Amino acid sequence: MSAPTATPARPTQERVTPVRAAKSEWIKLVSLRSSWITFAASVAAVIGLGVLICLVTNNHWTEMGPEERLRFEPVARSLAGINLAQLAIGVLGVLVVTGEYSTGMIRSSLMSVPRRLPVLAGKAVVFAAATFVLMLGSAFVAFLLGQRVLGSHGTTLDAPHALRAVIGVGLYLTVIAVFAVGIGFIVRNTAGGIATLFGLLLVAPGLGQLLPASWQPHILPYLPSNAGAAVYSVRTDPGMLSTWTGFGVLCAWAVAALLVGAVLLRRRDA
Amino acid sequence: MIEARGLTKSYGDKVAVDGLSFTVRPGIVTGFLGPNGAGKSTTMRMIMGLDRPSAGSVTVNGRQYADLAAPLHEVGALLEARAVHTSRSAYNHLRALAATHGIPRGRVDEVIDLVGLTDVAHKRAGGFSLGMGQRLGIATALLGDPPTVVLDEPVNGLDPEGIRWVRDLLKGLAAEGRTVFVSSHLMSEMALTAEHVIVVGRGRLIADTTVQEIIREASTNAVLVRSPDAAQLRTALVGPDVTVSSTEADVLTVTGLSAAQIGDTAQGLGIALHELTPQHASLEEAFMTMTRDDVEYHGHLAAEPTVLEGERA
Repeated sequence: MSAPTATPARPTQERVTPVRAAKSEWIKLVSLRSSWITFAASVAAVIGLGVLICLVTNNHWTEMGPEERLRFEPVARSLAGINLAQLAIGVLGVLVVTGEYSTGMIRSSLMSVPRRLPVLAGKAVVFAAATFVLMLGSAFVAFLLGQRVLGSHGTTLDAPHALRAVIGVGLYLTVIAVFAVGIGFIVRNTAGGIATLFGLLLVAPGLGQLLPASWQPHILPYLPSNAGAAVYSVRTDPGMLSTWTGFGVLCAWAVAALLVGAVLLRRRDA
Repeated sequence: MIEARGLTKSYGDKVAVDGLSFTVRPGIVTGFLGPNGAGKSTTMRMIMGLDRPSAGSVTVNGRQYADLAAPLHEVGALLEARAVHTSRSAYNHLRALAATHGIPRGRVDEVIDLVGLTDVAHKRAGGFSLGMGQRLGIATALLGDPPTVVLDEPVNGLDPEGIRWVRDLLKGLAAEGRTVFVSSHLMSEMALTAEHVIVVGRGRLIADTTVQEIIREASTNAVLVRSPDAAQLRTALVGPDVTVSSTEADVLTVTGLSAAQIGDTAQGLGIALHELTPQHASLEEAFMTMTRDDVEYHGHLAAEPTVLEGERA
């Protein structure tokens, strides 16, 4: 019974490093079935929804009025799945954190990494990296398949801003992933975290429309989903921020959430 | 070696741990005993760096937990609440924790084998019974082969065979020279496992002593005497260091005299004795007596909730 523990001369005792903490987070991420299901759902959303919308567009081309044809933009059609994918990525990002709080796992995590911040950094880096690789690949597939389905109405990666928009899908969803992890550490509760995230991403822009017209230009462009939209779009909506300014604002939201989460993680009892 | 100095934790105006100072030494099993709500779990959470003390400090091997470079190699812990993601397998749970310290997979297999979870290592931890969960917690505590082990109610939910296994394991760890700190609300369990006990009640230190000492003090040396001439015997026995109480007409409870002395006195007076029995309080009774004033929630106090403050020693 005591043989495995009875090692008075203990083997080399390795210390905790940020890289090891990140490796631990990687094992945690890939050892949960819910991660695989949610990532699969986000891949299916980007590719499936994009291709489906292109298919519908192409089939209804002859019925489209002149105004509708004027608004038509082939890149956006093939990348439309991003709206659904952000739901999956956002939920998983919150769950990566709140799942530990609801089960008590966080105590094991923090006891093995008592400085705590490497846990937050590891989660953010690992989840963001996985999201970027998967979503960038999915965006390229969605674009290429979507344009093929659009046929003569489609475009190519050589078209102005097309390549940037495709890469932008990966960038946008990656920052949303980090934002979600940050909110998870702030709220620590799954339902609350998801409500907060999608309140900001989906509900706030709608509510903003109800503000006095003179306020709107000072608020609406800076909401995270509005600010981030430019990076995966070929055309920028009037009144919204330019591509990289907007993306910078989205990044600022994510960094702010992560910083607040970090401060709270250090301060609060686990 | 665990050292607490003036360790205090309050939540709002409620004090959960109140100025605890104690030292847990290597080489023996030290029990941490107290009724529910006495602050045992909170103290252990502060040892493990999960809760921040409101005042005072607690160190492991001379350093605060958060300052340990390789904590799993210094202290291993099983805390009362489960600390496992329910959807992850026991194996992956341990592998993820091992990765933070670069502990090889071989050690993960070793501790799984040690606690007897090999057959279910790849099953979801959420499906584990209470006892299996405790075993996984013990495996987690031993993962880094630490010289100090902190276990909160480790026998909770274990069957008799499992309880015996934990007892042997703890004694084995102590015999290897490790510091073993185990909480329980059962004095009888501690009497079988621990050599030294730290007793707390409502966050304060009540006793820091050996189990032997508690057993010695528990024996109140009272003698139960039954006699038809109880009243006469009583007068003969009472003295400066002797107290006699009586619950029935022909029954006396005598402290301060041995059964032999009482018997001799009775014979000298020609008083018949129908019973002469030395009384030994059980350990559990000794513990109840010790902590009677410090039990946070008395069953019968349910109707008057806040009479807790105002009797600080």
